[in-house]
Amino acid sequence: MNCFGPGHGACPGCGFPIAIRGAIEVLDGRVIAVNSTGCLEIVSSMYGRNTWGVPYIHSLFENAGAVAAGIETALRAMKRDEEAHVVVFAGDGATFDIGIGTLSGMMDRDHNVLYICYDNEAYQNTGNQQSMATPPGANTTTTPVGKLKPGKTGRKKDMVEIAVAHGVPYAASASIAYPKDFQRKVKRAAEFEGSKYIQVHAPCVTGWGIDGKLTVEVSKLAVETGLYPLVEYEYGKLVKVKKLKQRKPVEEYLKIQRRFRHLFKHEMGKEILEQLQKIADENAEKYGLDA
Amino acid sequence: MRKVVRGFYAIAEAVRLSRPNVIAAYPITPQTEIVENLAEMYANGELGDVEYVTAESEFGAASMVLGASAAGARAFTATSSQGLLLMSEVLYNAAGMRLPIVLVIANRSVSAPLSIWNDIQDSISIRDAGIIQLYVESNQEAHDMIPLAFKVAENKDVLLPFMVCVDGFKLTHAYEPVDLLDQETVDRFLPPYEPVVKLDVNNPVAMGCYAPPPYYMEFRIAMEYAMERATKVMLQEFKKWYKLTERDWGGHVVAENCDDAEVVVVAMGSIVALVREVVKRLRHDGKKVGLLKIRTYRPFPSKEIRKALKNADKVIVIERALSIGAEPPVTADVKSALFGLNVEVYPVVMGLGGRDIPRELVEKVIEDVMKGKTKPEKRYEGLNEFEEVIP
Repeated sequence: MNCFGPGHGACPGCGFPIAIRGAIEVLDGRVIAVNSTGCLEIVSSMYGRNTWGVPYIHSLFENAGAVAAGIETALRAMKRDEEAHVVVFAGDGATFDIGIGTLSGMMDRDHNVLYICYDNEAYQNTGNQQSMATPPGANTTTTPVGKLKPGKTGRKKDMVEIAVAHGVPYAASASIAYPKDFQRKVKRAAEFEGSKYIQVHAPCVTGWGIDGKLTVEVSKLAVETGLYPLVEYEYGKLVKVKKLKQRKPVEEYLKIQRRFRHLFKHEMGKEILEQLQKIADENAEKYGLDA
Repeated sequence: MRKVVRGFYAIAEAVRLSRPNVIAAYPITPQTEIVENLAEMYANGELGDVEYVTAESEFGAASMVLGASAAGARAFTATSSQGLLLMSEVLYNAAGMRLPIVLVIANRSVSAPLSIWNDIQDSISIRDAGIIQLYVESNQEAHDMIPLAFKVAENKDVLLPFMVCVDGFKLTHAYEPVDLLDQETVDRFLPPYEPVVKLDVNNPVAMGCYAPPPYYMEFRIAMEYAMERATKVMLQEFKKWYKLTERDWGGHVVAENCDDAEVVVVAMGSIVALVREVVKRLRHDGKKVGLLKIRTYRPFPSKEIRKALKNADKVIVIERALSIGAEPPVTADVKSALFGLNVEVYPVVMGLGGRDIPRELVEKVIEDVMKGKTKPEKRYEGLNEFEEVIP
């Protein structure tokens, strides 16, 4: 089944193709894909070089939630709702920032849509500018490291909790380092009627400054350090958490990425490292990550 | 069935009769009552298989009708003023994606200063989006133009959004006798929507692809061609409408008493009815005055306008919107249509933000032009003396 590609132009080692292909595959290709403007759109939908094997629509940067809601409503009105799953694929900028209004509307009205956010933690299509999904300390072109600034200051927004607060039937975080877990979550999500939100951590090799062959390893470390907890909510109740046998210190995840390299020598680096470790510790406590 | 109804009801009823699949909207004065009426019909099960969705914003409403239309549905929304401006990014996109959504604009001025009252600055501001724009003078015309809008927009030679512009409050809230259509008549005129392409899992296509420089320009010029074809398609549908309902709304323009007129007043929207009365009275007094009603603003009917105005000495354009820093919008288009002809054009800006346009003022404007009291350049009428302040 041709779900996504061949022929897409994502970088070698890019994280999101694993998620896109995995999601469509586990839904047996019965998908209408809605895509916001961003890297995924650019590498897959140039006129004459469409690489999608399923019906696909791209409208704007910030309206995927509403476009999907409109499609789902139309299918329902025309009694075609058994035909396919309406699935959004949107980046973190489109989801956390500019498109949160239409996503909130979609979830509030509980449209039968699966919204998958591929989270590469910055506006990577335009060359690594900070989004509200960028973790503290990350060096981006709009939060550059300077004499006074240690990269991004402020936290990463917790979109999974925001989805849960809307009362959606299903919300989860996932990682491309655990493709089977991600696919299971997509399949589980599809069983619910209403809005579903899955956020999948997907490294950007250029923005993060990692070797393409380390994509899986790096995203795995995000999970193993507790910085990217894999959690699952059904009807607002935490039902599953990926436990960690021996949680690793955050430095192990940070030191292999160019975007965090300065933290180990910048004057304010220590403070940020402590903040990141604190976030991991809080995650561990909140979700009971430590086995 | 002839009934005295308010404009918003006449509009909502015509939307119902057009059998849309999806309606998505967000409230804004003075449009709100249109979608309130539709919501009430929906709540009472009078809308058939329609899904009515309350959006989180006009931006969301426009995006939902865009998605619905891409899925193959007939989709409708309505808005005004700030709501239209908020929709504008989506509407440019919908036009570029060639999605035949239909909108009603309850025309209202734009902020700042905030004003809920009428002029046509809102819809004029997105004239370049690739959306058909038609301005009506009465609620009967608004009622009639809605099925027609769907028919034209969905025509395979057109496939562009269609905007029916109705003056806020002045028409939307006015009681007027309206001959309400029946379902049979509308069904005879407007068949179910059959999209050329749609999101369909059995026949997957990609919609909204991006176009690099070797492709982009052709897509945009294709919209120009579609607009040109719309000029003809609309005339055909106007004729069919007349045959079906015996109501003749004319073509893209309606020229009244223009053939021998020395002065012709060009107007769009509800003000046309008042100008008509003034022209009648002046004609009665033996003055050679005419009226040119512009119905279709996009595609702009240059040829028809040139033909109607070629014998006039002087043309007054009543402007209810500005292009601040330039010639008012309708005047610029009219002048371009008249290029090379020896016709003087008098742009008169009036009625902004609901400022009253009394009959006496229209008479005075015409008489001043006839007597050579004013120059053929931009002027503002009904304006108070004022000191400039920052609102």
